[in-house]
Amino acid sequence: MTEKSTYDAASLPDLLPIYYKKLFPYGLYYRWLNYGGVPKSYFTNREFSFTLKDDVYIRYQSFADQQEMEKEIQKRCPYKIDIGAVFSHKPKDHKTVKAAAFQAQEKELVFDIDMTDYDDVRTCCSGADICEKCWPLMQIAVKILDRALEEDFGFEHRLWVYSGRRGVHCWVCDETARKLSQNGRTAVAEYLSLVKGGEHQNKKISLDTTRLHPFISQSLEIVKARFYDYAVKKQDFLGDEENHKKVLSLITDETLRTELEKNFTSKEYEENTSKTAWAVLRKHVETKKSEANYKGSKYVLEEIMLQYCYPRLDVNVSKGVNHLLKSPFCVHPKTGRVCVPIDPKKIDEFDPMAVPTISDILEELNSVEKEDSNKKTKEFNKTSLKECTQVFERFVKKLEETWKGKGKMIEQSDMTMEF
Amino acid sequence: MLIGSRTKRPKNSKLIKSGAEHRLQIYKVPPKETVTLQEFEEYAVERLKVLKAIENAGIRHIRGSEDYNHLVEKEIKKTKLAKIIRTDYSTDCEEFMIDHISHFILRLAYCRSEDLKRWFLQQELDLFRFRFLKENAEDKQKFLKVNSLDYNPISEDEKQRVLQDLMASAGRNSTTADTNEYFKVPFTEVLDLVRGRKVFLSRGFAYVPKDDMISILITHYRAHLSQQLAMTSRALPQLEEDNRLLPMLSGLSKRYLGQDYSSKKSNVGKITAEMIDSLSKQSFPPCMQNLHQSMKRDHHLKHGGRMQYGLFLKGIGLSLEEALRFWRTEFTKAMDGDKFDKQYSYNIRHNYGKEGKRADYTPYSCNKIIMSNAPGPGDNHGCPFRHTDADLLAQKLRLQGISKDFTDKIMKYTRDGHYQIACKYYFDATHSGVEEPDVNINHPNQYFDESQHFYSGKKE
Repeated sequence: MTEKSTYDAASLPDLLPIYYKKLFPYGLYYRWLNYGGVPKSYFTNREFSFTLKDDVYIRYQSFADQQEMEKEIQKRCPYKIDIGAVFSHKPKDHKTVKAAAFQAQEKELVFDIDMTDYDDVRTCCSGADICEKCWPLMQIAVKILDRALEEDFGFEHRLWVYSGRRGVHCWVCDETARKLSQNGRTAVAEYLSLVKGGEHQNKKISLDTTRLHPFISQSLEIVKARFYDYAVKKQDFLGDEENHKKVLSLITDETLRTELEKNFTSKEYEENTSKTAWAVLRKHVETKKSEANYKGSKYVLEEIMLQYCYPRLDVNVSKGVNHLLKSPFCVHPKTGRVCVPIDPKKIDEFDPMAVPTISDILEELNSVEKEDSNKKTKEFNKTSLKECTQVFERFVKKLEETWKGKGKMIEQSDMTMEF
Repeated sequence: MLIGSRTKRPKNSKLIKSGAEHRLQIYKVPPKETVTLQEFEEYAVERLKVLKAIENAGIRHIRGSEDYNHLVEKEIKKTKLAKIIRTDYSTDCEEFMIDHISHFILRLAYCRSEDLKRWFLQQELDLFRFRFLKENAEDKQKFLKVNSLDYNPISEDEKQRVLQDLMASAGRNSTTADTNEYFKVPFTEVLDLVRGRKVFLSRGFAYVPKDDMISILITHYRAHLSQQLAMTSRALPQLEEDNRLLPMLSGLSKRYLGQDYSSKKSNVGKITAEMIDSLSKQSFPPCMQNLHQSMKRDHHLKHGGRMQYGLFLKGIGLSLEEALRFWRTEFTKAMDGDKFDKQYSYNIRHNYGKEGKRADYTPYSCNKIIMSNAPGPGDNHGCPFRHTDADLLAQKLRLQGISKDFTDKIMKYTRDGHYQIACKYYFDATHSGVEEPDVNINHPNQYFDESQHFYSGKKE
């Protein structure tokens, strides 16, 4: 295995042409977005946008077929490709249509989880940085959301993608999802949201019903299973006085809070680690709750855990039918990493730091081709992109089953293993 | 619907056989009657009064509460549509006809922009919900049947299987979950319940208790009316030919909704970027003061903040050139001029209608700021009375030197959810000597105008 080469953003103009010529999986990509050719115009009416070198941004790109899309992408070598909605007319012709008639009609239901939205609850990084101490937040997010999308909403075709730097995206591709109105998308996103509040709202979670909705209970189970490892061990979230204050400020019952404040300076808590602090906190809360005169929240501990761990999604990304989102298999210009599909059932094995950069895979390709240029193996199968492309392939095949099942006419040639 | 001559029809010939099956409807079929121009305007105005009553009640009280219901009834009784709050009149009477016609007239007036559509849709839905909940069980059932929305309840077996989940989702009504009838419908039909997580979901189906079936109706009605409004607005250009109606229609929406502060041509150019800082301390409402301060502190605002603040500034008369100067000066304290030009200036020009579909976006009203686009992590937009923790808010008021009396009043109204009234008291507290008990704050730009008016009055 070749050593990982260091990625340099300045070399993108040289690397991208090769990437787009040899590695981008156009076949699978087209099979996905074509949705079996029903209706025929589904692919041709899809909007793509390109961000070119020097931040030049062009919208309303659309293509007649896979071939045309390949040609355009190879010609332009975009730094970033966004996928938009399927419109009423070909996006590239939108200027010839009356403004009111040119409408976004369908699009996948999408979610964007961004690590920066957790800055107020992570101690290790902030902004665009991520590390193995805060990455578990993404694992939790994927597990909670994937379960709900599948079990509560019945969505079968969910594509999770690493954004290349600090988060993950989810593309829900079921027909029901693609046909959802803005209202519908907002409803789903709000159902999935628990963390609410801007800069001036410190406490962002309140569980004030006597019984918890099954969605919340299920999500809590997932959080509870990982909380100790993440918050206590990795984040050390009660590791110093400032952090105590932060956590205690989430407790609304004054008597409980003042009591805890006193306890943290007591002898019981000499060790000064999150491990002891969390144990102390839990013990006192449980005792207090069992007292007859306790009038505070039943779910004090749960509220704290959720505020520190529960997925924070941006409703604005999900609600727009015409919202453009970065495409899978793009290269992130700042990190060089490929935006690879992730298998949500294997999220714990996924390591964002091990995602290959464009320079890595081109190196790999070089060395493999030197050894053996005869093999007819597809290029991306020669590189470390192989596994995630298989994830993508499984996703596309599962989608294709739904068109077969409906007895739609699909040409034989579409079904051969032609990627 | 035909609009006839100016002569009014004699009042006693109003027995119209509508043929409708229920006095309540979601307005699927356009009216066929003929009305005079005078009646056209009159009916529209009466319905507007009803919708305004609904809106006001919704600001002051929780929808569905006793206070809300009393207020709505009290106000609607004052209009010519008073009868619609009753559940005993037939579909052959005058009120049914006016109800029917006035809805369609207002569609014409309110389909013209996104904001108007949104407002009209919201009030019509609330009005419908209010009226439906008053009907008895039998008439409710009849309505569902008439509109092909009757569903079958789930079997007892299935109910037992998911009973625990049903009870856990029932919130306040968990004790009745056992005996209630449940219906299994695709989640897309009860979006309101889904959004509020008020219903149990499994594999795309919602288990809806009988009492909540209204949510299906609301979703259905919303989708239907939304689509109709879009169709109406596309057909509108043909209507513009009729210049009897158009002036009246556009006057209608302005008159009763108040100003929307779009394209205020009168004071464009008077405000410069330099003036904003001092103006913010003097005349900006708290929501905009907050955004201004956040921006000065962070040299940045997230998207929601840029929209809310940027459109407000446009509304007070900041020109595009001055806006670009203002944002650029502040943002480039923390970023490259280049980056600003590439990533942020487009949005500013877009707000002024110079890019994209060139829509002239209107500044957000209080209703919009409070009810939609709640701030998330890192956001500073929204309404401070709605989106700030209570003790932080009280602290901020004290720090600003607001008297204890006023602070208490403001906090009381905030706690009760009357954010716009709290804002009004904030205005009173910061503009000493002003005393207009009936003026409501409905729009940040209105706050600004009132404030400027106050100060210019003082000078005289």
